[in-house]
Amino acid sequence: MAVIASTILLVTEYRSSQNEVRSTLSVLVDPLKYLVDLPTSLVEHAARFVITYRALKLENERLREEQVIHQSRLLKFEALEKENIRLRALLENSFKLGEQVLVAELLSVNMAPYEHIVVVNKGTRFGVHPQQPVLDANGVVGQVFRALPFTSEIMLITDPNHAIPVQVNRNGLLTIAMGSGQLNRLVLPFLPSNADIRPGDLLITSGLGGTFPQGYPVAVVDEFTAQPDKAFATITATPKALLDHNRELMIVWSKSAPVPLITKSITDKEDHADEVK
Amino acid sequence: MRLNNQVGYFQIILTLVLAMCLRVVPLSEEMALLNPDWVLLVLIYWTLKVPERVGIFYAWTFGLLTDELTGRLLGQYALAYSLIVYVCLKFHNRLRQFPFFQQGLFIFFCLLSSQLLLFFIKNLQHPAQLHASFWLPVFTGTLCWPLVYGFMHFVSLFRFIK
Repeated sequence: MAVIASTILLVTEYRSSQNEVRSTLSVLVDPLKYLVDLPTSLVEHAARFVITYRALKLENERLREEQVIHQSRLLKFEALEKENIRLRALLENSFKLGEQVLVAELLSVNMAPYEHIVVVNKGTRFGVHPQQPVLDANGVVGQVFRALPFTSEIMLITDPNHAIPVQVNRNGLLTIAMGSGQLNRLVLPFLPSNADIRPGDLLITSGLGGTFPQGYPVAVVDEFTAQPDKAFATITATPKALLDHNRELMIVWSKSAPVPLITKSITDKEDHADEVK
Repeated sequence: MRLNNQVGYFQIILTLVLAMCLRVVPLSEEMALLNPDWVLLVLIYWTLKVPERVGIFYAWTFGLLTDELTGRLLGQYALAYSLIVYVCLKFHNRLRQFPFFQQGLFIFFCLLSSQLLLFFIKNLQHPAQLHASFWLPVFTGTLCWPLVYGFMHFVSLFRFIK
């Protein structure tokens, strides 16, 4: 009987793309993930309830200040975006616009050691699909690894099996950042010793590869060691996103098709703006 | 010991579900490396205690659920668990007579072979490198066995509606 069971298993095992089996099983198992998460989320809720009036007021003030700053920055951003579109139109270049996000909450579940995979509470029921980029307020977190009906698994950028195409913000140098297995460390293994990169450089997503939208901050370079006897330098970077203490994540849908006929869309927009006036 | 037929399915399933919860409980990174394979320990306990109830079917089902829970390739825990439980079923009469220390040794080898199987399957999937800490759950699991044994014995004393 054991032999029969294991042969059935081996057969099911090698057909690795049976998603129906996984999602039906996950319906059985997902409640467990929520159950395990319950104590943590309860504590968090409780902490939210017993906050003092003073702390609330302070936080409120801080948030209001932040909002004003962000608002003013956004004003500028809008003008910059317009300018960027116009410049790109001059270069006859296509331009990607607009992303839609879904806020998902992390479930405190520990899947397996050695792998940086976290579970969030949104799944295919919300239209999540594998390979979607995931961000938090500070930067790129990872990508959706497996989407189940009620939860989905997200591979963090620091997972040893993960690589993300990045670009140095200062000079546009393209490279790939790989996970190191440590939560606060990325490595850039494919740059030669004479590459123009230095500590403090911001790495942003380059948009190559098509998974991550272009222009989101990923990490800051913190160490650059040239190795004269080897082909590549050793470079490490610290992720911008707070990977270890952040419960809210954003799952992003980027519009896959670039905006067609830039010049036309701008004139359309301006016409539209005139109509509004 | 033979009079344990009263152990209800309720208890068996409840403890297994509890073990699965413990399996994914959020711990710090170092602690997560030490987290033993609770499901296998509980399965071994029930196999030794009520071999006429808990067998390969339970092992396979809960192995599959564990696969899903921990996001592994479907079937690897199921395979490991059913093989280990098969061995336990074979030897359960002898194992019950063993003194505690010898039983612990047997548990150690069960956990070790399960971990070894998992490693083989992982290696088939894609060549993996082996950390020394990969074997830590085997040791902690063996150390936890008396704890599991005591707790499970306590649970099995309750009488629920069958």
